[in-house]
Amino acid sequence: MFDVFLLEAVLNGVLFGGILALLALGLNLIFGVIDVVWICYAELIMIGMYAVYYLHAVYALPLWLAFTACIILVSLLGAALHQFVIRPVLSAEPINQLLVTGGVLFLLQGTATLAFGVEFKNLGVQLPTLRVGELYLSTTRLIAFVVALLGMIGMYLFLTRTYLGTAIRAISQDRSVMPLMGVNPRRIFLLTSALGGALAGLSACLLVLQYDIHPAIGLSFGPVVFLVCVLGGLGNIIGGFVAAFLFAQFVSVGGYFFHLEWGYVLAFLFFVAAMFWRPRGLFGGRL
Amino acid sequence: MKALAWIAVVALALLPLVGLGNYPLHLMIICLLWAYVYTGWALMGRLGMTSFGHGAFLSIGAYVVVMGWNHFGLSPWLGIPVALALTALVALLIGYPCFRLKIVGHYFALVTLAFSEIARMIIVALRDYTGGSLGVTPNTALSNSSWSLLALQFSSKLVWFYVVLAFWLAGLWIWTLVDRSMVRIALEAISQEEDAAASIGIGVTRLKLGVTMISALMTCLGGVLYAQYQLYLNPETVSGIGVSLQMVFGAIAGGMFLRLGPTVGAVFTLLLTEGLRLALGHDVHGLDTTLYGLLLVLFIIFMPRGILGTALALAQRLQRTAPRPATA
Repeated sequence: MFDVFLLEAVLNGVLFGGILALLALGLNLIFGVIDVVWICYAELIMIGMYAVYYLHAVYALPLWLAFTACIILVSLLGAALHQFVIRPVLSAEPINQLLVTGGVLFLLQGTATLAFGVEFKNLGVQLPTLRVGELYLSTTRLIAFVVALLGMIGMYLFLTRTYLGTAIRAISQDRSVMPLMGVNPRRIFLLTSALGGALAGLSACLLVLQYDIHPAIGLSFGPVVFLVCVLGGLGNIIGGFVAAFLFAQFVSVGGYFFHLEWGYVLAFLFFVAAMFWRPRGLFGGRL
Repeated sequence: MKALAWIAVVALALLPLVGLGNYPLHLMIICLLWAYVYTGWALMGRLGMTSFGHGAFLSIGAYVVVMGWNHFGLSPWLGIPVALALTALVALLIGYPCFRLKIVGHYFALVTLAFSEIARMIIVALRDYTGGSLGVTPNTALSNSSWSLLALQFSSKLVWFYVVLAFWLAGLWIWTLVDRSMVRIALEAISQEEDAAASIGIGVTRLKLGVTMISALMTCLGGVLYAQYQLYLNPETVSGIGVSLQMVFGAIAGGMFLRLGPTVGAVFTLLLTEGLRLALGHDVHGLDTTLYGLLLVLFIIFMPRGILGTALALAQRLQRTAPRPATA
């Protein structure tokens, strides 16, 4: 029997997977190159969402300008995060690098609460629902999916076709030899962080169209993004891409059969099972 | 030194008897309770196992006991063994594969994070029974008396003070036992170089699992205490990424390599939040979290050994440079 609602759940899963893949991309890029997990990645996105909200809904800038400003802002935040927080602990124990960004998580969340309050804020941009036959799909999700896909293709081309991209890939393969080849790791690290920040900013622009903003919103999708990255193998961009779609299907189809939270529980259990089957991620290895 | 420690403990135990107000007593209970939980976390954290999953154990302790009482009339005295058994099972489920497959460092932190999130999702998903995000209150047994041993509910804060004091002391004692045993030496070797440790005949999986088990069971009991004392639970305060990070950072801020480090961390975080609340009132939301986050960043960059660790190192340096008293 053909079930149109199941098909809708699968399609929604695909669209959700697109945005998850974009979220995972920035985190994987940073881990692959600098070997650091930004626990505060979702909080950077939260700041970006607030930026779009204030620029567009409060100061009435056109949406495209707000989006551009958001991407630039979060990209600068990413660079600052690396410069002032990560760099001092780069030579310390690896776990300290993870923990220090956890401190930034609280810092950003607290600052957002202080500055913007705990009320939910909505951008107020409503895009129509798309109807294809008997299927109803959200246009915002569709746009997010397409942009996420384009962003990833752009990133792929950047990494494979440009000098800087090649340098980034080289650094990620061997951190100690590349300085001898005339690549300045400091500059590359800073640049990668800015790039990761820009991807977070792009994700913020897409998420702000779909969700209400509040200071703790990072906690609701941050863990999911980490798990997607680990599932695909930390630092493995292709792996993260595939893992995002797998994970999203579990959430969406599981949520269709049971309840949204059970979808997440199923996806998390799948993650745990996969970890024990392939401890270095489904596609162990990097970049 | 040992006599001094005992005097301090006795003084602490007598402190509430001089007529502390309800609020200071409440602060002391909360402080000792978290000090106990952080100590439990640091037991494995300091040996290179940075768990972000202790929220799962805390919530099992809290929710299993309260759910048993509310829905089945199961006394917490029976609920506690059930919660402990479930915790042991979950710890085994996380620990055994992780340690067998050598999931360490970032991966271990993130895999265990999945478990605290699973716990939170399950609690929210079972909202018909657990009250979901709105939280749940244990059915009261205090309607016509001030205490009920059967329901493990006491309206007197004094009782709770001595209960958590006992748990905290027991936690420190467990720390000492682990610290003095060969297990710690073996585990330190493992945290430095796992393969080398295995090559000289250290049973890596078994030892790591043992410490994880102790740590998890301690945290589970902490959850029980928290639920029975506060008489209100919600998934955000006992499970998920928030409370798990809070445990990690409390222990690290105090200094997770020292026995009293996690306790100092608990005192520090509590003084910070309560102090700011008293100074600024209830209206300024977020300042405590902001400062807390900022301090954590500074701590990890500038004093990774925590408050107590840094203080001790400083004291030692001062002692060495100070002119020695002339001894005839």
